[in-house]
Amino acid sequence: MNFTPSDWAAIRLTLELATLATALLILFGTPVAWWLAHTKSRLKPLVTSLVAMPLVLPPSVIGFYLLVFMGPNGPLGHLTQSLGLGTLPFTFTGLLVASCIYSTPFVVQPLHNAFEAIDDRMYEAAATLRAGPIDRFFSVAVPLAKPGFLTAAVLGFAHTVGEFGVVLMIGGNIPDKTRVVSVQIYDYVEALEYGEAHRLAAVMLIFAFVVLFLLYTFNPTRKKAA
Amino acid sequence: MKNRASRILVALLSIYSVVASADETQVAVAANFAAPVQKIAAEFEKQTGHKAIVATGATGKFYAQIVNGAPFDILLAADDETPAKLEKEGQSAVGKRFTYAIGKLVLWSAKAAVVDDKAEVLKRGGFDHLSIANPKVAPYGAAAVETMKALGVYDALQPKIVMGENIAQAHQFIATGNAPLGFVALSQVLKDGKIEGSYWIVPEKLYSPIRQDAVLLNKGKDNKAAAAFLDFLKTNKAAKDIILSYGYSL
Repeated sequence: MNFTPSDWAAIRLTLELATLATALLILFGTPVAWWLAHTKSRLKPLVTSLVAMPLVLPPSVIGFYLLVFMGPNGPLGHLTQSLGLGTLPFTFTGLLVASCIYSTPFVVQPLHNAFEAIDDRMYEAAATLRAGPIDRFFSVAVPLAKPGFLTAAVLGFAHTVGEFGVVLMIGGNIPDKTRVVSVQIYDYVEALEYGEAHRLAAVMLIFAFVVLFLLYTFNPTRKKAA
Repeated sequence: MKNRASRILVALLSIYSVVASADETQVAVAANFAAPVQKIAAEFEKQTGHKAIVATGATGKFYAQIVNGAPFDILLAADDETPAKLEKEGQSAVGKRFTYAIGKLVLWSAKAAVVDDKAEVLKRGGFDHLSIANPKVAPYGAAAVETMKALGVYDALQPKIVMGENIAQAHQFIATGNAPLGFVALSQVLKDGKIEGSYWIVPEKLYSPIRQDAVLLNKGKDNKAAAAFLDFLKTNKAAKDIILSYGYSL
């Protein structure tokens, strides 16, 4: 593979973005998924809908609203400016925020399903052994939900790598900061450099297949339970 | 019941045939010409009865789409190279190319008093982002880079450059305030002879002229509406007035 330095920069940037987004989403998505799996609150349909929204919305809508909200005249822009952080569009942090929003359902939904599938009697049994709620979470829920965590992490990562429309709209195509692989490929295609586009596009194609193949091979869904 | 259904069918078919007999042409238009072409298309329809259906975007993207069989009859490009290339590659009618407008570049901010009339702001700096169209694919982006190089500020400004996929996105970055200033097409910001915010019309000696050529594509060779639209664009007084009113020269 004869990648140019700018290809490598795009690849490195994409991997960094996907790794950080996945870590943040697991961190903040787990409590949300846990809450969704156990709550009897009337807010549940509301939160479930909000989590699923990025699945349905076109990237142009998300990109447009982020550009406006994170801009100097938007509410989030006001906040980041008053914190002395400047504005988020055209920055790596901005892409990270956007990626977390965009990939939320891919992380929260598998976790939610995994937590919901755990039999409540497991927790009760643990409670009779004097396990506190936090202990129960880490020594019962997490091990039992491991396939869910794996699916969530892989899909969150892969979906962030595959993100394009939102990045195009708020990224500004800056080398080393916001020019991810998908944008780099688009640039090549637009500039009619099809050879260069093919090289990177083929890598993405193989990456997507291998990741999903491994996931579905080694992480079979719980058929036995059904 | 059957009779009624067939009558509805006949009615629908006759509507369809009326629509189909009115001549239509699909026109691909460079993003900087999006506003004027809407007005020209409306005037064209009023005067000739033909309909021009307009799609706007980056010239480079249209080139790739046309080469790959996109159903456009006409391309109004943002440069003269793309139409020349299409003609050379046998994608368009020979000898039908002409310059429909010469574009002007402007350094623009949505806010007052950001851009001064000598563009000192480019040397002074003090802003975080400068928006331009991707110079690799957009002629106005290439002209922006040429201008900054001519002014000797390109190296200093390079880390601040953010790129729109085409000139419309470069404009959008500035209009939403995310980039305080940037280079766009004069046609995008000139409305009724006025420009909001602050601006500097880049002197034409700082960049190569942006000759925007029109070309009749293979798909449109036998389309009456396509021929009529090109003729309208080239010769009609109303069309020319619209083009001039957006700050282009002819």
